[in-house]
Amino acid sequence: MTLSSRQLINTALLAFLALLPFFTDWVGDSFYTGLVARILILAIAALSLNLLIGYGGMVSFGHAAFVGVGAYVVGIGTFHAFEDGVDWMMNGYIQLAFALLVSAVVALTIGAISLRTRGVYFIMITMAFSQMLYFSAVGVETYGADDGLSIYSRSDMLGLIDLNDEKSLYYLIFVSLLLVLFLMHRLIGSAFGNVIRGSKSNEARMRAIGFSPYKYRLTAFVIAGTIAGYAGFLMANLNDFVSPDMMHWTRSGDLIIMILLGGMASLFGPLYGALAFLMLEELLSSIPLTIGGLHVGEYWQLIFGPLLILVVLYARNGVDSFLPGARKGS
Amino acid sequence: MTEQDLLSVEKLVKRYGGLLATDDLSLSVREGELHAIIGPNGAGKTTLIKQLTGEIPSDSGKITFAGQNLKRLSEPGRSHIGLARSFQITSLFQEFTVLENVCLAVQAHNGHSFRFWKKVNKDKNLTDPALDILRRIGLEQRADTAAANLSHGEQRQLEIAVALATKPKLLLLDEPMAGMSKEDSERLVERLIELKSRHTILLVEHDMDAVFSLADRISVLVYGRAIATGTPDEIRNNDDVRQAYLGEEA
Repeated sequence: MTLSSRQLINTALLAFLALLPFFTDWVGDSFYTGLVARILILAIAALSLNLLIGYGGMVSFGHAAFVGVGAYVVGIGTFHAFEDGVDWMMNGYIQLAFALLVSAVVALTIGAISLRTRGVYFIMITMAFSQMLYFSAVGVETYGADDGLSIYSRSDMLGLIDLNDEKSLYYLIFVSLLLVLFLMHRLIGSAFGNVIRGSKSNEARMRAIGFSPYKYRLTAFVIAGTIAGYAGFLMANLNDFVSPDMMHWTRSGDLIIMILLGGMASLFGPLYGALAFLMLEELLSSIPLTIGGLHVGEYWQLIFGPLLILVVLYARNGVDSFLPGARKGS
Repeated sequence: MTEQDLLSVEKLVKRYGGLLATDDLSLSVREGELHAIIGPNGAGKTTLIKQLTGEIPSDSGKITFAGQNLKRLSEPGRSHIGLARSFQITSLFQEFTVLENVCLAVQAHNGHSFRFWKKVNKDKNLTDPALDILRRIGLEQRADTAAANLSHGEQRQLEIAVALATKPKLLLLDEPMAGMSKEDSERLVERLIELKSRHTILLVEHDMDAVFSLADRISVLVYGRAIATGTPDEIRNNDDVRQAYLGEEA
């Protein structure tokens, strides 16, 4: 099997990510390991959202809610372990199982209702549901309300892997990304993926040839929500902190921007998009320029906005359109 | 309804506000025949097709297909008991290849699609029957071309191939020759003659030459009503039909 130049670039990127902690060790600055770990977690969330948006044509505007749900499971578990001495709630495997289960159930509920609508209505209703979760989190005083919850101890994986070790946590995140990429690859090429893509392409014809797209779309919604919940589990452990802010609709918007930046017609697009998004944020906000007493870096979004418009207008598939073998048109 | 009727429509009604698109319409399609429906623009031909497939609900009346009342059956459900349609305005999966278009239709009738792992484009259970249909319809050379890149005539052929892939008992063809060149139409008539020997077909078509050469029976629709049904010769000599429809063209 020979690799196309596109596959070579993807492989090179993954190899770089695999070796990153050693580079930062060498430089002696672990800040970048933390930054890239955050990027990879967001890439996992964006990849799961791209199953809905890129392949299924379902523009869900509330995906960050599932990340928040997964993260809160860890936060709440640790909270009760510390405050009430419920030790089993520290157990990382139980936390993980609940993070997946709860986000799946929430996705099932939101999806079952939202997927009865189309287009702008679907966008609005998914956003509304995520805002409901956001305000619920803001309202619960026990779990810190607005201020969120500090996580005093990371999930206890019973010695199999030590999440307090930054390098171990990084590799857990990296391997998770690889698994999610592989899962998406298989999913998109499967009979199920065929139905999801067909329903985006031409729903009327799908019904005419005998498919009921709703149940397949709902399944995709639950799969995507569950993976996002998993991203939340990782995020809580990385940040040692959860807050309602993780679920705010603007966070969902960030995930969509990552997909747009990276290219929604490709498997790796969301990964490139997450990298581009956070790198740009990091770069633009550290521009050392001062005009009339204003630090340009503080207003990085003023530069980011027009850039995004250019991407949408001239590079429909974002980063993906600059890679060799990009699909022309559409 | 007689023994040999595959499809029977009784007193079917569809109202759009004040407009009666289908007005107390009754007709039947016999097992094995090619039954053509002709009528001027706005006669309600496409509306009838949509009512038959369940894309739009009927206000009243009864549709019986293969001995089964279709009232409570959804559009996908009707596909599964053997009703298939082609679209007047080409309705394909444009970014899918020709083969993938047909495979998807085969897949719809090959059990559920909650299969998340196995590569679907290597599944012989789908590609073999799909290639078979492409051969029959004359598109096998274009199997790997994206549907969007086909000529109009080829898209019309694929339109029929996708419908055929659902293994229908009754094929509803909604103006298959729409927008085709004369040569393409003639070639399609050849294909339809071949299809006719294997399938029961309800054909809606404006091309009179095609209709009169293909049909076993013809129904003439005017303002949502069947004003006449009969063999091509009977229709040609029917005074009402001449007045209402053919008269305009003759």
